[in-house]
Amino acid sequence: MSETPATQSIVVDYELPCSPAKAWRALTEPALLAAWLMENDIRAEVGHRFTFRAQPMPGWDGIVHCEVLEVDPEKTLRYSWRGGSDAPGSPGGRLDTEVRWTLAPSPSGGTLLRLEHSGFTPANGFALDAMGKGWRGKLAERIARAVEGLA
Amino acid sequence: MWRVAHEDEIFRALADPTRRAIFERVALGEITVKDLTAHFEVSQPAISQHLGALRKAKLVTERHEGRFAYYRADPKGLAPLFRWIDHYRAFWPEKLQKLSALLQDEAKRS
Repeated sequence: MSETPATQSIVVDYELPCSPAKAWRALTEPALLAAWLMENDIRAEVGHRFTFRAQPMPGWDGIVHCEVLEVDPEKTLRYSWRGGSDAPGSPGGRLDTEVRWTLAPSPSGGTLLRLEHSGFTPANGFALDAMGKGWRGKLAERIARAVEGLA
Repeated sequence: MWRVAHEDEIFRALADPTRRAIFERVALGEITVKDLTAHFEVSQPAISQHLGALRKAKLVTERHEGRFAYYRADPKGLAPLFRWIDHYRAFWPEKLQKLSALLQDEAKRS
């Protein structure tokens, strides 16, 4: 088959109780970012390569490899999000995705933050989605969390 | 495809609601059959049988100490069910909640 497989995205909207300026700092300053996401060496500069470091788990070294792709201060931040492995037994296969943050002032003086994590391939999730059948999808989520907790 | 075969085995093991509940309890922390039996309205032999099925699917491991056998979830056994997209579907809302709490604390301090 020659056609490119469709990819899938995760979109999460959140309203933050602070100005876009403050939210931007929480997304782009390594110490602030580490306090809620993961250890990192980010710099809001197109072309900058950095990593996130999480707890390793069976089949994954816990490292996310990133490159900054787009910077529009207090509005947009986009970087690649790569990791995983093709090795047999590796969970979810190789991950080659992108994370995009969009910020906008909210009417109540806060920040509307949108996260888009795109580029998931069938190997990263479609198989399970296709098997779906209600509880299986839910179960997969709970199991993913359990794996994180036990690793 | 070894992965698909193993997935089916795992789903078969977890298709039974009681067994699934037992697995969820075992995933919380190491436990004996006796303590498990106290949590469920099922006889001890039935619990043992469910644990046997979970062990066969490599979801649960057994450890003997003295007269007791202790059961715990095996994270390696769950790996075949693991999908990045499912991981991140749970991951991002959790992290954004953390970010929101962090910014709220900061707003209170300043």
